[in-house]
Amino acid sequence: MKKRFSLLLVILLAASMILAACGDGKDNGDEGSGDSGKTEQYLRVNIKTEPFSLHPGLANDSTSGSVLRNTFEGLTRIGLNGEPENAMAEDIQVSEDGTVYTFTLRDAKWSNGDPVIAQDFEYAWKWALDPANESQYAYQLYYLKNGAAANEGKVSLDEVGVKAIDEKTLEVTLEQPTPYFLELTAFYTYLPVNSKIAEANPDWYKNAGEDYVSNGPFKMASWEHRTKIELVKNDQYWDKDNVKLEKIDMHMIDDENTELSMFQKGELDWAGAPFSALPTDAIPQLKKDGDLNIKPIAGVYWYKFNTEVEPFNNVKIRKAFSYAINRQAITDNILQAGQIPAMAAVPPSMFQENEDGYYKDNNLEEAKKLLQEGLEELGYKDVSELPTITISYNTSEAHQKIAQAIQDMWRKNLGVETELENEEWAVYIEKLHNGDFMIGRMGWLGDFNDPINFLELFREKDGGNNDTRWENAEFKQLLLDSQEERDPDVRMQMLKQAEEIFIDEMPVAPIYFYTNAWLQPDNLKDVAISGLGDVQLKWAYFE
Amino acid sequence: MLKYILRRLGFILLTLFVIITVTFFLMRLAPGNPFTSEKRLPPEIEANLNAHYGLDQPLYKQYFDYLGKVVTWDFGPSIKYKGQSVNDLISDGFPVSLQLGLEAIVIALFFGVLLGVLAAIRQNQWVDYLSMSIAVIGISVPSFIIAALLQYVFAMKLDWFPVATWESFRHTILPAVALALAPLAYIARLTRSTMLEVLSNDYIKTAKSKGFNERIIIYRHALRNSLLPVVSYMGPLTANVITGSFVIEKIFGIPGLGAHFVQSITNRDYTVIMGVTSFYSIILLLSILMVDIIYGLIDPRIKVSAKEEV
Repeated sequence: MKKRFSLLLVILLAASMILAACGDGKDNGDEGSGDSGKTEQYLRVNIKTEPFSLHPGLANDSTSGSVLRNTFEGLTRIGLNGEPENAMAEDIQVSEDGTVYTFTLRDAKWSNGDPVIAQDFEYAWKWALDPANESQYAYQLYYLKNGAAANEGKVSLDEVGVKAIDEKTLEVTLEQPTPYFLELTAFYTYLPVNSKIAEANPDWYKNAGEDYVSNGPFKMASWEHRTKIELVKNDQYWDKDNVKLEKIDMHMIDDENTELSMFQKGELDWAGAPFSALPTDAIPQLKKDGDLNIKPIAGVYWYKFNTEVEPFNNVKIRKAFSYAINRQAITDNILQAGQIPAMAAVPPSMFQENEDGYYKDNNLEEAKKLLQEGLEELGYKDVSELPTITISYNTSEAHQKIAQAIQDMWRKNLGVETELENEEWAVYIEKLHNGDFMIGRMGWLGDFNDPINFLELFREKDGGNNDTRWENAEFKQLLLDSQEERDPDVRMQMLKQAEEIFIDEMPVAPIYFYTNAWLQPDNLKDVAISGLGDVQLKWAYFE
Repeated sequence: MLKYILRRLGFILLTLFVIITVTFFLMRLAPGNPFTSEKRLPPEIEANLNAHYGLDQPLYKQYFDYLGKVVTWDFGPSIKYKGQSVNDLISDGFPVSLQLGLEAIVIALFFGVLLGVLAAIRQNQWVDYLSMSIAVIGISVPSFIIAALLQYVFAMKLDWFPVATWESFRHTILPAVALALAPLAYIARLTRSTMLEVLSNDYIKTAKSKGFNERIIIYRHALRNSLLPVVSYMGPLTANVITGSFVIEKIFGIPGLGAHFVQSITNRDYTVIMGVTSFYSIILLLSILMVDIIYGLIDPRIKVSAKEEV
């Protein structure tokens, strides 16, 4: 018996030694490459999680976007100044009515040396629209003529408005004029795919390797799922002279505190947005130390009112509740990362004047007055007769703190008692989408740099992301008309007008506009973060 | 013996079937679906996706389809990680968690038993107090605090180890220690109390009176009997530890299995939920069986085959 037991111990010991030996071998190798590997133009970032998919047509998340934007290149690319620039397209012609775009491609190559041809774009866009391929972001291509119809299987893919006239010319026909179409062509769903490879190997995008080819500033050298992606400079890239980074490591570490520690120890060159996020608790201290970089992005955090249930079917009540929120106190004391109090729907990165918004923050006098009028209109004597009001949010510390603060403000300023209700994410979303809520927190991050992206959510009562059940004929018409308007200034005016109506009706109470907060070494330059908060490393370098 | 094992295996299959069935229906009772997102999908796309993953079928049909696949060890594709199957996720993640878990078990077992024995033979002396203080700390301080503390002291301040990631053996030490601490503490306390009990037995006294060396008494006579509770604790511990800890793996950025247990539920990644639950159940049931068998081997008072007669 004793022998058996000591045998067990011996096995355990042996196992641990084998493990130790394996590890050691790896370790030595690692250190060997570590010394020479950390060259000057070598960037290490953390993208937090495994990307959903690195197929441009399948990607539907910011993590995939952070990788694809650096490995692929669309017809246009958002430049350092935030405006779309010609990228794969050398020349772009737009028809008089704004519905037909003719792109002439430049001489560019895939990372394996194949030329990038117009057919690659046609193939990629039709692939994403093909219902058989289950692209969740296929709707980003619904601007193309028959895009939606083809995706729903109503018409054949041949009828989609994208056509390669020859290898160098791509003709794109749109469903209706889309003034921001050249913003969209920089978006990842519009990236090309090497059609020759994709047709031969339908699984090309699942792993790094010979078949994973891209046409952007960097190419993928390795992809250890849920661990790390390594990018290296793409020597075939047409603009490679402007690409200075030689190598990029993208780690996938979920924990924000760990990421921060690694940055502070020098194991990462970036901590925080837009690749990941900084731990909320650490932000005040980092800000005090003066290391924090803050940049506003196109995103808004708001409280949606269910405009079909009492008392929020009354516009005065909605306004009273919104005016009685002290947004400045929330951004200063709870969020603390330079967020901008929101008294408008469209972020200031699109409408500069929205930094001040349409109404006064924390306007208690007006709020009390409106509350009284609203109560009378609804036939209540005073606030005690209001039905129980519930604030819903998905479980998260930040949402909870904000909800508690707002609950307190409403109690003090309006004398209204509210209940808080938090739920797990998927449960919460489902309830919100089904209209099973009174006040619910939500956020919206822009997909493309145009105000319509924030306004059209509320165009239709049953629109997938409206949730408030609010609809307004005038608002709707302005949005539809703006689509046809060819003069950009007039169009912006129309959108502005629509926003005014929206704020006057207040189906949502905007709380704050998002910012990106991050840490980076001082000698890292020209990491391009767009107004949407997207990151591009094409021009980045260490000084 | 063989008959006993076969019978136990039969029960394991039955238990697995119950677990799979309960998990399947509980999971589908939860609101939401894998395509729930802040930016809602157009209904036609969602319908198309549901059709692709068979989620538009009646639930009973989905259930039987699923059972049919599980029998052939095919857990289906992950819905959240496009292009990867649940089998891929398990075969990528399990070796990582297994290595980490075995390291932690070795640490926990070695130091746990050592501390426990030291505490018992030097009862109420400073060694005892020290060991048991360590044990209390190990049990009562949550692992995420231990992990953060280890990172801070040994990686940030002393720079002996990297903060996180899973690359070389050096990267595995801090997480293994963090993972080992709680079971180590438990094993130490368990060993101490049974050791004290055993030491007061007559046969130990006899051995002592015969003038045997104390070391021989401890190792040859006392330790073996005091380890029995530790062995029975090893079963669930092994199953838990080698299938990965969500907290430790998250903090140290380790691509193990642990994250899937939690994230798949948040994501409503149905196939992954089912896959990891079944996998964990198998490991747990098998390790309990192993413990029972080992138990019979080291404790002459228990005859596994004798159970059948009871």
